[in-house]
Amino acid sequence: MGKYGNVIDCDFPNESERMSLETKQVRNVAWLARLAITEDAEAGYAEDMTTILALAAQLQAVDTAALEPLAHPLELVTPRRADRVLEADRRADFQRHAPLTQDGYYLVPKFVE
Amino acid sequence: MLEHSLTELAQLLRTRELSSAELVQSCLERAERGHAALNCFISICPDQALAQARAADRLLAAGQGGPLTGVPIAHKDIFCTSGIKTSCGSKMLDNFIAPYQATAVARLAAAGTVMIGKTNMDEFAMGSSSETSYYGPVRNPWDPERVPGGSSGGSACAVSAGIVPCATATDTGGSIRQPAALCGVTGLKPTYGRVSRYGMIAYASSLDQGGPIARSAADAALLLTAMSGFDPSDATSTEAPVEDYQETLTDGIKGLKIGLPKEYFTPDLEQPVAAAVSAALQTLEQAGATVVEIELPHTHLSIPVYYVIASAECSSNLSRYDGVRFGHRCADPVDINDLFCRSRGEGFGAEVKRRIMIGTYVLSAGYYDAYYLKAQRLRRLLRDELRAALEQVDVIVTPTSPTTAFPLGARTQDPVAMYLSDIYTVSVNLAGLPAVSVPAGFSNGLPIGMQIIGNYFQEAKLLNVAHQYQQLSDWHTQTPAGWRQGA
Repeated sequence: MGKYGNVIDCDFPNESERMSLETKQVRNVAWLARLAITEDAEAGYAEDMTTILALAAQLQAVDTAALEPLAHPLELVTPRRADRVLEADRRADFQRHAPLTQDGYYLVPKFVE
Repeated sequence: MLEHSLTELAQLLRTRELSSAELVQSCLERAERGHAALNCFISICPDQALAQARAADRLLAAGQGGPLTGVPIAHKDIFCTSGIKTSCGSKMLDNFIAPYQATAVARLAAAGTVMIGKTNMDEFAMGSSSETSYYGPVRNPWDPERVPGGSSGGSACAVSAGIVPCATATDTGGSIRQPAALCGVTGLKPTYGRVSRYGMIAYASSLDQGGPIARSAADAALLLTAMSGFDPSDATSTEAPVEDYQETLTDGIKGLKIGLPKEYFTPDLEQPVAAAVSAALQTLEQAGATVVEIELPHTHLSIPVYYVIASAECSSNLSRYDGVRFGHRCADPVDINDLFCRSRGEGFGAEVKRRIMIGTYVLSAGYYDAYYLKAQRLRRLLRDELRAALEQVDVIVTPTSPTTAFPLGARTQDPVAMYLSDIYTVSVNLAGLPAVSVPAGFSNGLPIGMQIIGNYFQEAKLLNVAHQYQQLSDWHTQTPAGWRQGA
């Protein structure tokens, strides 16, 4: 586990604390989102996110028990097509944009011991 | 060039009174000047543009080509363009040259348009002022100390300043309509699924939709006809037939029933904006329309519903930027998590990080039901209210934005104040409806926009109403000082 791994255990605030995010929770969310944020920016994010979540808390005022969630505006049916290969292999094209490749693979730092 | 509509330009090109190469050359010169003064482009591509213009001229000389052959266009830098950088306004994609073309871009290219450049925008389309771009803020041609709106601020700015006659844009919560309003141009957000999203970099997939920005509804109609249609590469694109949106522009609007939602006229609405919309409604009434008051009682919830859903979808969509296959990678990563975290931490700006973190939060265990599912339930309520209203009336008219263009920097420190810029536009995205913003007046020299919302796939009706209004008004023909013909 790298230097960001140690914050994964920290808890979210419970119901009563929800409205005010602390820097500890910001660190945890940032870790879940795999975002490095500097220590001196944490307080600013905590404040902004608290304000945004206070806005989102307005939703709780409405009883929605009778409403089904709507994930998509048109409730489309996913179209189907025949299982045929339509596109040519363009691996070399796509890998041209990669920061680091070797023998057709993407190179990343070692992460399995 | 400025005084000509797209239809007139196409006519001049067809009769060979003007060559596409001349027209494109003058746009490129104006683009350099516009870019220096207003920062409205991320890339300008003179070599490719002139080559395309010469090809268009050859077609036109042979008596071939359609109504858009040889016409210059700018594309929002969210649309993938093969061979030309597509940054989406982000450091993350500052080095990204897409290996394929967005369908909307490909369709407009097939119709003969000539791309002169890629327009500046809020990073990953997250913003209402075009200030979050990695490439610096875009300025409003009506007052360079003010924002052009966002996120398609570069496209609206370039059309407003007469650099290009038209541009593409995208709209997730108002990003076509609000900058169109703040820059005094016409912007149409089509029905969700009308324009393919293939190759359009995703922010919130259930809300994103591409559309045109132009100087008039008639010009927007021409573009929409070329951009629209089913695309097998986008599972959410619709098979609903594409109309010729120019055909019905001249229909009369006698008997048109306009709904006016009383909830939209709140104290937050600037008085000159309210007055301009009222005056525009009188004009439409004189042309034979009737105006009735309607109710959309949960409008006040649209902003929180939108920001929960859009942020959730953004946190999921933007997880693909990991520094592995393309985009920014941090230097000397010590392990895989360090690579992910630092590449993303360095590649994304503050607003994108805020939305990713809010999205991650509302999707996390313990909060999913309270925020995300709750917002989705209320999304249904908001959609059903709009649907019910559109059973009583043909179109709904509202202001596009509660204010005119605000000063640069005025809302950057307060994310919620920035979000409230979209109060009149986000419901339309949540419902997937089409809407157009048209210029409807000025306040202290700054443009005011009026929004017209229609039922699903009724873009032709919206453009008809907008065109009829533009036959009776001249707001859309105004050009900012310093950008007028000969200036």
